[in-house]
Amino acid sequence: MDKTEMEKLKDAAFRIRCSTIREIASFGSGHIGGSMSIVELLSYLYYREMNVDHSNPGKEDRDRLVVSKGHSGPAVYATLASKGFFPEEWLSTLNQGGTRLPSHCDMTKTPGIDFTGGSLGQGFSAAVGIALGQRIRKMSAHTFTIIGDGEAQEGQIWEAAEAAGAWKLDNLFAFLDLNGQQLDGYTKDIIPSVHMPDRWSSFGWDVHVIDGHDFEQIEAAIEDAKRIPGLPHMIVMHTKKSFGYIPGEGIKANHSMTITKEQAEEAIKALAEREGR
Amino acid sequence: MKDAHVFSHYKEALIGAVMDLAEKHPEVVFLDADLSSCIGSTAFQKAYPERFYNCGIAEANMAGVAAGLSSMGLVPYIHSFGCFASRRDYDQLFISVGYAHQTVHVIGSDPGITAQYNGGTHMPFEDIALFRQIPGFVITEPSDAQSLYDLTLQVHENGAPSYMRLPRKGINFRYKPGEVKLGKGVELADGDDVAIIATGVVMVDAALGAEKILREKGIKATIIDLHTIRPLDTELIEKAAAKCGRVLVCENGRYAGGVGEMIAGHLAAVNPVRMAFVNVGERFGEVGNLKYLAPAFGFTAENIADKAEELARK
Repeated sequence: MDKTEMEKLKDAAFRIRCSTIREIASFGSGHIGGSMSIVELLSYLYYREMNVDHSNPGKEDRDRLVVSKGHSGPAVYATLASKGFFPEEWLSTLNQGGTRLPSHCDMTKTPGIDFTGGSLGQGFSAAVGIALGQRIRKMSAHTFTIIGDGEAQEGQIWEAAEAAGAWKLDNLFAFLDLNGQQLDGYTKDIIPSVHMPDRWSSFGWDVHVIDGHDFEQIEAAIEDAKRIPGLPHMIVMHTKKSFGYIPGEGIKANHSMTITKEQAEEAIKALAEREGR
Repeated sequence: MKDAHVFSHYKEALIGAVMDLAEKHPEVVFLDADLSSCIGSTAFQKAYPERFYNCGIAEANMAGVAAGLSSMGLVPYIHSFGCFASRRDYDQLFISVGYAHQTVHVIGSDPGITAQYNGGTHMPFEDIALFRQIPGFVITEPSDAQSLYDLTLQVHENGAPSYMRLPRKGINFRYKPGEVKLGKGVELADGDDVAIIATGVVMVDAALGAEKILREKGIKATIIDLHTIRPLDTELIEKAAAKCGRVLVCENGRYAGGVGEMIAGHLAAVNPVRMAFVNVGERFGEVGNLKYLAPAFGFTAENIADKAEELARK
């Protein structure tokens, strides 16, 4: 990736973060932590990787993304809006009655959402089904999916992992947002996410471990994975929950936070300063 | 319209219908959860190896994968025993299929006491109630091989997600090809003393036996085979209630959330009539063959006739 391309992605991530913070602040509270931890990945997928068309979100042979950790909706919506899937003004309707942007990703409401999330574990099975469907329909498209480390406590994740391994779905690219936190606190204090890379390898997956906030590592992992046939791909991303919403960084209670409009603008200013913008 | 006499078990009529659909519709796929040899979906696998997936003993994932396949424009059929096809994957069917507006056809075999030797752990009595909670699901329970075959085709054509309570072993023939229509119950006997509404092979057979017993006692019963539980054939039910003023509902399952409660709820709103019910009450299932289980649960012609007579004489 050349320097211009890298700057483009960094700009996109910054804009998506600002939109996500303002979006949540427009409602007054929301799932900031798990939204902010996947912003680099969303930026990379939508700005560099995925074959999608904002003017035709239902295009059959498109690449698809299932955000199985559906509570990251605010960041996904900010990304989709920035790519023109719907007007940016929609972002200020988050969670309001009648909105098309509900707390958790909903394929029946939002243009560009490829599957419904919200009941954790379910989107992952659907992603396996979508990848299988692409194979049955002889499409060369890819399926991308994002799961959380807390979400990986759901048994369904491992049922689906086994099936994808058995069916050798090499068009499936999964990302684990390993931020070490869940709603009630740190995963290490609840059900620790131990041996994640080994677990996925033992389920028959091609595994990569990266810093999920580093675009070059995201790119390298995806490109390396594409060269490995016959295995589904798991990219374990070490991330920081609430990364980029500085008031939420490094604290325990950052799953869902109250954010006023004033706090949002202060946080955006602080982020701009940190990034030298 | 195929004559179901070519089949020798109910399960063959189901797989035959799905294979006939698969031949015409390349989007039809079949998923099983390690019960492929029980239902005979091995035949589908042989004919369409790229459209059959055994998901192993993982029903929740099977339902989720089916939902994903549906979002890709495919039409998945998924099978397990009714207890597992409803309970083990319920949240997946509710959210990933129902809420997400996907079309998946769920086949739950061995409804109620027909689970027989697999016993109480395998005996679904609550499955109708569960599927009734998911907006949009069609629910069927055919009472013969021909209606099973015909309804499978019609449910596919209908396009909504569905649940079929599938008798697996044995066979009987009641209808001519094309006679049964989705959503329209069948009046098998016409009488004006009491209406007996029954669902499924066990109950429809027992209700027809009851009709003979009642006739000998001078009580004329209307018998309705309610093969489609949802959408409810309200027109036929209202007609029977108006004609008889007494309605007995017989189901191989629970009252709570079941067919009887559904009909009672409807009639309470439009034409309250005296009603009685034959169902499992507050019991769990237990092991045994049908000869033992049917009388043990009161799913016999004699018990239905007694209940109907009591109701008719009130």
